Amino acid sequence: MEQKPIVSLRNINVKFDGEVILNNIDLDIMDKEFITLLGPSGCGKTTTLRIIGGFLEPDSGDVFYEGKRINGTPPNKRNINTVFQKYALFPHLNVYENVAFGLKLKKLPKEEIKARVTKMLAIVDLKGYEKRAVSKLSGGQQQRVAIARALVCDPDVLLLDEPLGALDLKLRKDMQIELKRIQKMTRKTFVYVTHDQEEALTMSDRVVVMNNGKIEQIGTPIDIYNEPANAFVADFIGEANILDGLMLKDYRVRILGSDFKCVDKGFGENTPVDIVIRPEDIEVTSPEEGTVVGDVTGVVFKGVHYEMEVKVGKCTLLIHSTVSSPAGSRIGMRVSPDNIHIMNKLFPTPYNEFTAEVVDSAEDSPVVTISVEGKELELENGYYPKGTILSIQLPPDGLYVDGEGVGQLTDVFVESVIWKGAHNEIILESDERKWIMHSAQDEQVATYVPICFDFSKAVVTPVNTQEDADEN
Amino acid sequence: MKTKKLIIPYILWMVVFTLIPLVLIISNTCRDNNGNFTLMFLQKALNYKDEFLYSLWVAFLSTSICLVLAYPLSYFISQSSERAQSTYTMLIMVPMWMNFLLRVRAWVLLLQTNGPIDSFLNMIGIDIPLMYNTGAVVLGMVYEFLPFMILPLTTVMGKIDKSLIEAAQDLGCSKFNVIRKVVFPLSVPGIISGVTMVFVPSASTFLVSQYLGGPNNRMIGDVIEMLYKSDKHTASAIALLLMIVILVFMVIMNRFGDEEAVGV
Repeated sequence: MEQKPIVSLRNINVKFDGEVILNNIDLDIMDKEFITLLGPSGCGKTTTLRIIGGFLEPDSGDVFYEGKRINGTPPNKRNINTVFQKYALFPHLNVYENVAFGLKLKKLPKEEIKARVTKMLAIVDLKGYEKRAVSKLSGGQQQRVAIARALVCDPDVLLLDEPLGALDLKLRKDMQIELKRIQKMTRKTFVYVTHDQEEALTMSDRVVVMNNGKIEQIGTPIDIYNEPANAFVADFIGEANILDGLMLKDYRVRILGSDFKCVDKGFGENTPVDIVIRPEDIEVTSPEEGTVVGDVTGVVFKGVHYEMEVKVGKCTLLIHSTVSSPAGSRIGMRVSPDNIHIMNKLFPTPYNEFTAEVVDSAEDSPVVTISVEGKELELENGYYPKGTILSIQLPPDGLYVDGEGVGQLTDVFVESVIWKGAHNEIILESDERKWIMHSAQDEQVATYVPICFDFSKAVVTPVNTQEDADEN
Repeated sequence: MKTKKLIIPYILWMVVFTLIPLVLIISNTCRDNNGNFTLMFLQKALNYKDEFLYSLWVAFLSTSICLVLAYPLSYFISQSSERAQSTYTMLIMVPMWMNFLLRVRAWVLLLQTNGPIDSFLNMIGIDIPLMYNTGAVVLGMVYEFLPFMILPLTTVMGKIDKSLIEAAQDLGCSKFNVIRKVVFPLSVPGIISGVTMVFVPSASTFLVSQYLGGPNNRMIGDVIEMLYKSDKHTASAIALLLMIVILVFMVIMNRFGDEEAVGV
């Protein structure tokens, strides 16, 4: 791989109907690499691809192709071709005519078109299918026609938008290897979009993990798997135990009440952090030898390994091990320092901190009405005069989603949901701020939910007094 | 199958109001007043060859103009958002809510000598006959039948996968080439049904030409209507010939469509 960017995106922003689809995307795509944009649906990966292809203009930001700005250049003037999600083969043309479509537009001599189409059909293993109607082909064959049609134009960059999504598992696995082979053979830059993490790890030279219109991490598959940048990436790529930890000092971290040695530093002292431990990195020992001790609650045989659920306090850990311990037994667990991955928390503080103004109160009542994002809520914490600004610290379990679908704040966006062994850590975004919530329930990412406040768990301190308010 | 019974009312209707009249027309054509078999009336019908050809010519002109007007509009509609599409479709249907004869009468009022358009043209020094010519007949036809061209075209074009258009652009098509190489071939079934739906009624209609064309621009439909009172045998023979011509036309169009629309 040559380390020269062929396509560069700089500060790309896209909004649809006021909703942020891409948020300041910066990305260099290197010449001749296989790069994959990976993320859950709605993360902005297809939008990014469409910007590179020229089907969508960003609201702001620049697209460079070999150093030249190409914003506003239509797709037909870009030396980039696309394999579309549903192949988009022309139904009125046969296989040969579909593949020859781009070459005919270039007004190449007939013999050259024939030679190139024939060669390309051989590469994608479709020799002898020239005269077939595309509607008579299987999904995998259509998919290969789509690749041939795009590659025969000899683009420098090939964009692939979830091209294997419609295929069944077996065919998908075969096509993954096939695609990688074609990419190596044709020496083209492939930009691949998928939500399938395994596909991304199998094929890519580099993976770009995206979420909510932002790039979370860029790296080789090994980097992404072994050194996830944050809990989202760890959760999305492979299986992981994601736990709350406390960085005591450099190289020393407290997890599940026990102190572990680790290889990370620079987080400061007594800093809350997220910990990622892959299930295969937990070593099962006798209870005496383990750093932590837990009770096996379930064992499932998975072929190569056993998958065990182990309860430590309130927290359930997932372990992949070649030896099994029966359910109900007590085991010890060890993790070698370089298998403990430490990351900054997604949410900057361990609790929600915000201010609200008292809009109504009566001296004989401990209940005051406060205004939060324009909504009037009742807070029982003693009397405060009208106009007082209250600083409220609300712990993550002071927020909840009511099952009835009603809430004190409505239409709050679910930004991420991460299972922390004992509860889900959910990050929400309302009109004015982000919220952190702990919940036993699972919420669907990228949807809107109503949330309720349980102020009995809050710590409330007035920021100003009535006199201050009067002076203002 | 039980569902077969559901078509009985329709079959009855067709037998009483279509099949029996058709048999009567054939019988009128082939038998004289005494009930003897004869081909004389078919021969007589050929005397109206000019009106026949004129009708086909007017139908051809009307259909062509409808196609030229409707095609770009339909493409525009098919590319707009779903909500806009239904609004446009409704707007196109609006004129059809009004009775056909009323609309033709309205054109007479607009176009007649000393009518609003004529007065205006005279005012700016143009004096051309607006009515009682082929132009007026074609105008009336296009006005009448344009929605029947737009609707099937819009439907077929709307079904063309947007990603096909993007794929064509991706492979190097300019905007014009996208239409020429992808949209047009895929819209052929729409063109066929549009052309059929305009050409067939245009060729056989009457009254439009009576109102707007006057006595010198008679179409075959008018001839049948007029002749039936005095000579129902010849009128039936003309009607039969017209039906055969239209049938042949439709068979040809459908053949053409089958060949073009492979895989759609």
